[in-house]
Amino acid sequence: MIKTIDEFVTYGQEGFSWMQTKNTNRSVIQIKNLSKTYPPDFKALNEINLEIEHGEIFALLGPNGAGKTTLISIICGISNPTSGRVLVNGKNIISDFRATRAIIGLVPQELTTDAFETVWDTVSFTRGLFGKSRNPAYIEKILRQLTLWDKKDDKIMSLSGGMKRRVLIAKALSHEPDILFLDEPTAGVDVELRKDMWEIVRGLQKTGVTIILTTHYIDEAEEMADRIGIISKGELILVEEKSTLMKKLGKKQLALELQVKLKKVPKKLKKYKLELVNDGNCLIYTYDTKAKHTGITALLSELSDAGIKFKDLNTSKSSLEDIFVNLVKEKT
Amino acid sequence: MNIEAVKAIYRFEMARARRTVFQSIVSPVISTALYFIVFGSAIGSRITQIEGITYGSFIVPGLIMLMVLTQSIANASFGIYFPKFTGTIYEILSAPISSFEIVLGYVGAAATKSLILGLIILATAHLFVPLEILHPFWMLSFLVLTCITFSLFGFIIGVWADGFEKLQIIPLLMITPLVFLGGTFYSISMLPPFWQTVSFFNPVVYLVSGFRWSFFEMADVNVWFSLAMIGFFLALCMGTIWWIFKTGYEIKD
Repeated sequence: MIKTIDEFVTYGQEGFSWMQTKNTNRSVIQIKNLSKTYPPDFKALNEINLEIEHGEIFALLGPNGAGKTTLISIICGISNPTSGRVLVNGKNIISDFRATRAIIGLVPQELTTDAFETVWDTVSFTRGLFGKSRNPAYIEKILRQLTLWDKKDDKIMSLSGGMKRRVLIAKALSHEPDILFLDEPTAGVDVELRKDMWEIVRGLQKTGVTIILTTHYIDEAEEMADRIGIISKGELILVEEKSTLMKKLGKKQLALELQVKLKKVPKKLKKYKLELVNDGNCLIYTYDTKAKHTGITALLSELSDAGIKFKDLNTSKSSLEDIFVNLVKEKT
Repeated sequence: MNIEAVKAIYRFEMARARRTVFQSIVSPVISTALYFIVFGSAIGSRITQIEGITYGSFIVPGLIMLMVLTQSIANASFGIYFPKFTGTIYEILSAPISSFEIVLGYVGAAATKSLILGLIILATAHLFVPLEILHPFWMLSFLVLTCITFSLFGFIIGVWADGFEKLQIIPLLMITPLVFLGGTFYSISMLPPFWQTVSFFNPVVYLVSGFRWSFFEMADVNVWFSLAMIGFFLALCMGTIWWIFKTGYEIKD
């Protein structure tokens, strides 16, 4: 497990060097030393370095106020950076903003829609705004995919929250973007709709769209993402492939259900940092999957020597949520 | 140039006007008719003619200016303020569109609406009083320039405003008094000398005077000076908008 900030930094640096050497030529977004300071001196982003690869789903995790939306806003042109630069498809987002913005779609966090427009009109408006000529067939295709076709003539104000969220996605897709930003796409959305959203996102990925989603629902990142970045207090504390991250940082727990309950853990076993739970009926041993020796054999042997017998055992793996909480907690 | 984006904004704004036709067109026309009844009939019965023009006809250019000015500001300020208020401004800011194109879309639509309104009021006025436009080209030029200039001004107000009160404060507390005191219902020459001098600090005087000249060849100030003043105000508004987009004032973080 990573235990100190220095370890995080080292870990992060390793992550960046890995990215730069492995897939630089596939990067669709390159962020270099990006910082954003709000007056008088609030650093919303601090020296962010990140590369997003073509066709991947990248999840940016972080608590509220971590800087996720600020980062997206800068890439999309809604907010100005204080320093650093961002390249989209190799082009600068400021000097070549037309080229970069034309291939980006954004689904904002808030349900910011026109109230009095119809679904069809608002989606068509966005397509025009991004420089595309009218294409009713394409708009129809998107609305059908998002199950909005029946609502195409309805005013947005008459739609439910979930439907409004779909409208925002339809708007973001209306100009056939190569990159799609989803800023907390399932915030406030019920479980069923959330799963629908995940399906939509997966479908988009299959068509070659690169997807960057921010979320603080860990299960969403775990379910969807190819890679995960964790941001806290404006700093990107790590970027890693989801599977590697789970492997590297994931801890496992061995739960031993005892035949006879214990009042306390014997002193001899202190080095294993066992937890006695379930009213003394269960011992929990947490071990590092990366370690050369997990200590399980020795523990079981010492338990036997101590006359502690168990009737069942099972292991469980820590979730991304545990990893995230640990990282952010230690960082703060 | 992102023509499609300009067209999209323009169409969007014009569609909004169509949805709110009562507020955009019917209401100003009714107001104008009321002005004719109150000023034209009540006051006009006492002031029969001004420099050979019947009072009813005399106030027509001023009334058109009054409506065009206020509606240009209202249309353009609301057009850009509403996306800020609802948050949909994110779309505009994240689109591949330059600040010039944004202004062209919003101000173009606001100016078009005002121009249509001005022409409707002119037609309405024609029902009440006899009208002859001696210089139609000048009349149209003044009208178009005023629509554009005050739509630009409205756009600035819409960007500056951070609430509905601010959105209303300049039109209500500045524009309306300036228009009423800018020779809409009287000739500046009818005022005592001191108030004549004060009136020349009112920019609306030059707009009304120039516009009235195009109808009757009758003006409080030279028509070229009126044109220069509109040009100056137009340049001032354009400069301010350029600065707004350059700095991101009240639009971007």
